[in-house]
Amino acid sequence: MNGVHDMGGMDGFGKVKPEPNEPMFHADWESRVLAMVRAMGAAGAFNIDTSRFYRETLPPHVYLSSSYYKKWFLGLEEMLIEKGYLTREEVAAGHAMQAPKALKHGKFDLANVERVMVRGKFARPAPAPAKFKIGDRVRAKNIHPATHTRLPRYVRGHVGVVELNHGCHVFPDSAAMELGENPQWLYTVVFEGRDLWGEDGDPTLKVSIDAFEPYLDPA
Amino acid sequence: MSHDHDHHHHHDHDHSELSETELRVRALETILTEKGYVEPAALDAIIQAYETRIGPHNGARVVAKAWTDPAFKTALLEDGSKAIGTLGHVSRVGDHLVVVENTPQRHNMVVCTLCSCYPWEMLGLPPVWYKAAPYRSRAVKDPRGVLADFGVTLPKDIEIRVWDSTAETRFLVLPMRPRGTEGWSEEQLAELVTRDSMIGTGFPKAPGAPS
Repeated sequence: MNGVHDMGGMDGFGKVKPEPNEPMFHADWESRVLAMVRAMGAAGAFNIDTSRFYRETLPPHVYLSSSYYKKWFLGLEEMLIEKGYLTREEVAAGHAMQAPKALKHGKFDLANVERVMVRGKFARPAPAPAKFKIGDRVRAKNIHPATHTRLPRYVRGHVGVVELNHGCHVFPDSAAMELGENPQWLYTVVFEGRDLWGEDGDPTLKVSIDAFEPYLDPA
Repeated sequence: MSHDHDHHHHHDHDHSELSETELRVRALETILTEKGYVEPAALDAIIQAYETRIGPHNGARVVAKAWTDPAFKTALLEDGSKAIGTLGHVSRVGDHLVVVENTPQRHNMVVCTLCSCYPWEMLGLPPVWYKAAPYRSRAVKDPRGVLADFGVTLPKDIEIRVWDSTAETRFLVLPMRPRGTEGWSEEQLAELVTRDSMIGTGFPKAPGAPS
């Protein structure tokens, strides 16, 4: 979706302000939100792409004015309601009122903690040969799906070169919508800065994205 | 925008968004616990694991080893996950880590314009600025301007390569080894490797610089 989360190339957000000796969390609730997201994901309530989509669909003014973990919290709450794990009445009351919905991997207890400390695996067997090889020129498609996609707006329509082939991975556009993993070839595609940003762009700049095969046409 | 905003509300304990958010977060945890979805002690354990096990010290050890062991460096650039997997002491990094090398001709910088993708196992949880709009919006268009915000200036003609982390691949920058460190041990070198030098928004510390 063409949301405000797709920030590459936007102006007006001001300077980057690094915080010296930044703590890992700025408040205890942030760590609870992180832990709940990781736990409910590991329990099978949602996949990582669905959780990203729920943050992206926050209203633009909410997305832009909320801190990072606030966005995580708002996305988590809405997603758990829509997926049937809790109800708006329960949220309003602050207590469980209805029977739970079964979790795919069961209750998240201490025995499951190690699972979240290992990164998930996203590579899958290839359903078809790769269409592109390293060195091929490709054009990022001019597509504007209203649902989740990982093709940022700033590269759409532009020509780049395939630099790396990462194998077949879970396709976020499908997984986010719970339409299955639909594995697709994944490539690093590199673009010239001036192709993206015009003649005034930095001539020394190259930018790459990792692009799934359905995002690309031969060029 | 969000960075300032973040700062304001955690110092603002008496009213408004922080306390409302805190109450809502507690309510959600209560509901998830009462419904039997999560065990609070397991949430505590996740937080503790993040607080103690991951962090830039993991990435620093990898970088220091690459600076001292040419065969490891070659393997690391060829397949980051596999090479790091041979170091038992570094946390498990997953299958999709790509290590990119800074050279006198090319400077690498990592961003996630769409969200906040970051090599947690190597660098810990990302800092607020990495997840906030100013960095995400400008890194791909004006990286030299972003670097100036960090007080970093690069030679005018060096190539800047920005890696936008748009999939589950993760990127770690291998910075250049500082001059004046000939004969240093891996442990000594690891002390010079900063988090930002592995994102590409900074350089390693110079030998003898205050830490």
